[in-house]
Amino acid sequence: MVSFDRFTLTNGLRVLVHQDNATPMAVVNVLYDVGARDENPDRTGFAHLFEHLMFGGSVNIPNFDGPSQVAGAQNNAFTSNDITNYYITLPAANIETAFWLESDRMLGLAFNEKSLEVQRNVVCEEFKQRYLNQPYGDVWLRLRPLAYQVHPYRWATIGKELAHIEHAKMEDVKDFFATYYTPANAYLVVAGNVETATVKALAEKWFGPIPAGQKPRRQLPVEPAQLAPRREVVHADIPQNAIYMAFHGAARRDSGYYTVDLITDLLSQGQSSRLYRRLVKENQLFSEISAYQTGSMDPGLVVVEGKPLPDVTMEAAEEAIWRELAELRSHPIEPYELEKVKNKIESTMVFAEMGILEKAMNLAYFELLGDADGFNHETQRYLAVTEADIQRQAQQLFRKENSSTLIYLANDHA
Amino acid sequence: MLDRTKAPAHFATTRFDLIRPRQVTFANGLPVFVFDAGDQDLVRIEWIVGNIFAAEDHALLNTAVCEMLLEGTSVHSSAALAELIDFHGAFLVPSFSYDQSSLTLFSLNKHLNQLLPLVREILTDSVFPERELATYIRNSTQKLQVSLKKNGFEARRQFNRAVFGTSRYGYAPEVADYERINRNDLLQLFGKQYRPENGTLVVAGKVTDEVIDMLERLFGNEWQPAGTAASVDGPPTITPAQAGELIVVERPDALQSAIRLGRQSIQRSHPDFPGLQVVNTLLGGYFGSRLMANIREDKGYTYGVSSGLASLKHSAFFTIASEVGVQVTAATLVEIEKEMRRLREEPVPETELATVRNYMMGTMLGSLENIFSHADKFKNVYFSGLDLDYYDYYIDVVNSITQAEVQRLANTYLDYDKMVKVVVGKLS
Repeated sequence: MVSFDRFTLTNGLRVLVHQDNATPMAVVNVLYDVGARDENPDRTGFAHLFEHLMFGGSVNIPNFDGPSQVAGAQNNAFTSNDITNYYITLPAANIETAFWLESDRMLGLAFNEKSLEVQRNVVCEEFKQRYLNQPYGDVWLRLRPLAYQVHPYRWATIGKELAHIEHAKMEDVKDFFATYYTPANAYLVVAGNVETATVKALAEKWFGPIPAGQKPRRQLPVEPAQLAPRREVVHADIPQNAIYMAFHGAARRDSGYYTVDLITDLLSQGQSSRLYRRLVKENQLFSEISAYQTGSMDPGLVVVEGKPLPDVTMEAAEEAIWRELAELRSHPIEPYELEKVKNKIESTMVFAEMGILEKAMNLAYFELLGDADGFNHETQRYLAVTEADIQRQAQQLFRKENSSTLIYLANDHA
Repeated sequence: MLDRTKAPAHFATTRFDLIRPRQVTFANGLPVFVFDAGDQDLVRIEWIVGNIFAAEDHALLNTAVCEMLLEGTSVHSSAALAELIDFHGAFLVPSFSYDQSSLTLFSLNKHLNQLLPLVREILTDSVFPERELATYIRNSTQKLQVSLKKNGFEARRQFNRAVFGTSRYGYAPEVADYERINRNDLLQLFGKQYRPENGTLVVAGKVTDEVIDMLERLFGNEWQPAGTAASVDGPPTITPAQAGELIVVERPDALQSAIRLGRQSIQRSHPDFPGLQVVNTLLGGYFGSRLMANIREDKGYTYGVSSGLASLKHSAFFTIASEVGVQVTAATLVEIEKEMRRLREEPVPETELATVRNYMMGTMLGSLENIFSHADKFKNVYFSGLDLDYYDYYIDVVNSITQAEVQRLANTYLDYDKMVKVVVGKLS
């Protein structure tokens, strides 16, 4: 149980406080309701590039990291297709430093040309390191546009291509900031060895004077139902063939999200899971295999990915996966197996309450979903899923016409 | 009017409180360290054994024994074990490191009476079935082939070989080495290594008397050394490559080069160790480090560059790692050399040293956020043959180190010319 207090400043900034006196530390976490899905299709990768620029100095503070480090803090951020999340962890006695730093970059950035130029390069190197210079690194650059034709989930957070990042201009940076980095579009969570009254006073002092701005309206195209299977085959210089199958699934706020999560757990959580047990161990068709869902705000994907062993044809590998998925459609699972995956969820949720940073991020994210208290009811939502729900959801998901299959075939150098 | 140009007052962290474990020794000699705290009904239990190498050039055997611990006992098959662990919502994770092999259980307390007997069975009666071994070899070889395509992975292997020669620390398995693993060798090594007199038990979380009693019965009374006398781990003979050697593995299609640079260094028990950690932090140990400031934040050559100091049982090493655009590989090496030289030749400004001091103390405090991290801090010193008093010395050094001392340490330990340099990708 993660308890919290909640209040809203007059400029619209929502603030949540979670007190945990077992630690001498505090976390200041700011979630902005903006991600790669909000980008212009011709300037993708921008939300993430922008995240880098948030460390390039703000209107009154030329250097973000220096003062943070002097206060014994660690800070970082991440961008997803849905959100951008910043956090600072520091000794609780120094918490005002975090308020000062975070509020100034919400107030305004330095918009420094040198920073833009350097971060364009840094992000291009990140693009190469993670997506281009790795075997199978470009999976999401291919799988997203295969599965989504209209919705902005068709591009990855890093962007569609290097050129989009190389051409980012200061003018775009300024517009993006003005549109999305407003108090009304942010969630501030403070957790750790703190008191609500202190946090309230500090929030009023540092964030209160920031002009309200507008909560941007999001009007994203809806992905139409997929009517036919899609397929892409890539020949690449890789040591082993690989298969990725994506199915349109649930959005994070759908009740089906929990059912889908349990389905992917049945398929690949732990060494007793179906795909691992049957396709890796018993039938020895794959060297590795896994299933998961993207869990995004708009309807996401369920992905099954695996690497068939060298003597297994891609047809046989693919057929084996379909056989397992078909079984979930045709046979209700045993209560024992459902209980098993629910038990795993239960312990995972208890372990998730071990750290203040994780708790702070979860509170911010669940507040974005509608209510931070939702985090305290997650386990119950999983426990409510029935065998019949699993079968119904599997029937909805695992249809050929709902599938996008990406196949990597190794170039033969023998 | 609020003056946003002025930083609020901040306070330096000058100390932190470590939780000292309660130590128990079971009847069979197994030392047990208990860290009891926390509101949640959960525990992390680690069974740790020291690695004993049958042959320095076949350290893969030790890895295989560790990674195959869940593949079956004479009572439970691999499938049955997996089913029981998963059903009880637990995570049981074998992990292999340079000097120790461990099996870690994450579990809610309510399932321990089901799970602990299984762990005892695994530690005393693993049988390494032939069929599971064949699967292990096949799948591990596939994974190795994928990893070998990653420049960073290959660079780390080349680096270890160059710094530690053919010893256990320099060993990097080839695909063919997997074929040398056989069941008999696994069983023999398992019998030699997984013994109470070679083990340590570290328990953290809500450790009630009931938990201790159960552990004592299963791992104090029912875990007895069997068969031949225990072997002892002898220190390896390490013959490193020539100081300063440059190793280039050309990858014509590379977009980035992986760089690894470094040499053997001092262990945690050496009086210079905490001071060298300060120097390491200045150079490449945090986001504001000189290498990051120069190579990433000024030049934009890389997504990240870092340095690190690792203490092992019989040795230690210092390393710098980065992945950089191929066209700036040579330029990056020049900048690394420049930054090392600057630390040797110029006194570090007092403000920069103060930042690093505060940063190190703050992150040390932050790394102690739950009972598991207290246990981790303890393991760091315990396996270096030290005790928690080490951290008093560490705090003292970090808080009082002088500019002159930083320079002395840089001159003693950071000589670019003596470092092995590995580039996987393109150098020119």
